[in-house]
Amino acid sequence: MKEEKAAEEGISEEKVDTVYKRLKQEAEKSGYHLNPDVEFTKDLVRGLLTNEERYGYWACPCRLASGNTEEDLDIVCPCYYRDPDLNDYGACYCALYVSDEVIREEKEVESIPERRPPQEEREAARAEESEREEMMETMEISGKLSKPVWRCKVCGYLSAMDEAPGVCPICKAKKERFERFM
Amino acid sequence: MNIFNQDTDKGKHISGIDKGKVLMYGLSTCVWCKKTKKLLTDLGVDFEYVYVDRLEENEENEAVEKLRHFNPSISFPTTIINDEKAIVGFKEKQIREALGF
Repeated sequence: MKEEKAAEEGISEEKVDTVYKRLKQEAEKSGYHLNPDVEFTKDLVRGLLTNEERYGYWACPCRLASGNTEEDLDIVCPCYYRDPDLNDYGACYCALYVSDEVIREEKEVESIPERRPPQEEREAARAEESEREEMMETMEISGKLSKPVWRCKVCGYLSAMDEAPGVCPICKAKKERFERFM
Repeated sequence: MNIFNQDTDKGKHISGIDKGKVLMYGLSTCVWCKKTKKLLTDLGVDFEYVYVDRLEENEENEAVEKLRHFNPSISFPTTIINDEKAIVGFKEKQIREALGF
């Protein structure tokens, strides 16, 4: 693995270390766990930093990014697939995040199937979503709801406000990763 | 840091024991791909790997089209053996078996 490390562009060990520590702290604070295999995990952090340089955002290191932010919103780390994968397999697709069972060594981490739908399906889903959003926008909010409800697509946090929060208070995902839910 | 080797590794042919045509599509940032590459290297088989994320746009499109044929979800690593069998993910047992180990 040495050879790949040397080939990565100008990402110092110190930077990897700093980001790893920050990520670990944030994860633990919100009830998540990073993979306890530190070498493995730091390699993934290196991948995230490489993608940040390449694309300007934390595209998932184990998926092919398009370079188009809107198209890749679902695979910005933490991706929309992390939580369902943690539930089903005990790890996210890259195995950057792992479940309690893995931490307790009751389950082993392995390479898991890809949950992200193929491109055409994703495009169709996006079109449907924006249609729904438009519909909601024009719908009179009846006596039932005094405010629209926004859903964080990373962690499911719901917020009933005129606008989605700038940053998710739970998982720190940015505003563009919220959808109009109700 | 070796500045002459910066981000240039798009893939390579690794010589070894002939077990048929072995081609791994991977991403340079993906740890499961590294593990697969290491497994193939350790097994000492003759293989080729391509880091799709490091290809030029037209080369990338070409690689993705080829890969789609074997693995419609375009996920990595995908190891293609003799242009017929594709092993998706780092599946050590499956890879060993497919190569006759």
